Amino acid sequence: MTVIRTVKDPEKLTLTIVAEFDASPERVWDVWENPRKLERWWGPPTWPATFTRHDFVVGGESRYHMTGPTGETHAGFWKMIAIDKPARIDFLNGLAGADGEPDPSMAAMSGFVIFEDIGDQTRMTAVTSFVDAAQMDTMLAMGMAEGMTLAVGQIDELLTAAAV
Amino acid sequence: MVVEHDLTEDDVDRIFHALADRTRRDVLGRAIGREQSVSALARQYDMSFAAVQKHVAVLERAGLVVKEPRGREQIVHANGPTITQAVALLDQYEQLWIDRANQIATILHTEKE
Repeated sequence: MTVIRTVKDPEKLTLTIVAEFDASPERVWDVWENPRKLERWWGPPTWPATFTRHDFVVGGESRYHMTGPTGETHAGFWKMIAIDKPARIDFLNGLAGADGEPDPSMAAMSGFVIFEDIGDQTRMTAVTSFVDAAQMDTMLAMGMAEGMTLAVGQIDELLTAAAV
Repeated sequence: MVVEHDLTEDDVDRIFHALADRTRRDVLGRAIGREQSVSALARQYDMSFAAVQKHVAVLERAGLVVKEPRGREQIVHANGPTITQAVALLDQYEQLWIDRANQIATILHTEKE
C-alpha cells in the first residue's frame, strides 16, 4: 500500500496525503524535478500531462497541459516558492488560459511536499491548500474529475456532512 | 465538526436509493460547486434528455440537489452547506493524489529493474 494515510479538512480546505516508497529521498525527489518523470505521474491515467517548461529553481515557473481521451487539453502552471533538496518543495499550482499562461482570474492552489528518510523507504507528505469550493471545482474540471465519481464507500461521509 | 442526525428513516432510504446509481452519483458530483442546466448535463451522458431528467428528479426527491427554472432552462445545483460540497470535492482530490502516488511507485519500481 503506497498511500498510508490521507487527511481531508473540509473546514480549512486542505488535503494531506502520506505515501511511502521503496526508494531513497533523492530518487523520490527526482520524479518531481525531472520533467520527463513528472509528466508520467502528475496527470490522471486518462489525462496524461506534458510539461513544456519546468524551471525547478526558487521563483521558477512551469507550464504544462493535460490531454484528455478525446484530445482536448487543459493547461496549468506551477511557480516554485521554496526548494530544499531533497527535503521540501513549496509551490503554487494554478490554471492557465488558452495561451498556456497563468489565468489571473483564478487563485492558484498552494502546496508543499516533505520527503523523509525512514530507513529503507522514503515517506512523502503532500499538502494541498484550497481557497474555496469554487476553486476546487474549477481545478477538478481541468479533467481531473474525469472518471471519478463518489465511491460507494464515501457515501457515509457525505451523509454525515449533509447532516451538519 | 459537529454532527447532528436529523434525517428520518425515509430520508435516508431516499438518499441511499439516489446514490445507489453510478450515473446519479456522477450527476451529483458535477452539480457540486457548479450549477448546471439539465440540458448541459444531458449532453455529457450517452442517454436521452428524459432519462437524465429522471435521474435529476430522484436526486431532487432525496434532497441532494435543487432544480429551479431560469428562462427556458432547468438549473440544477447541489443542495447543502458548503462543507458538504467541500467534503465531496476533497474526496475527488484524494483519489487524484492516490492515483499520483501509485504512478510514482510504478516509476520508482520500473527504474529499479
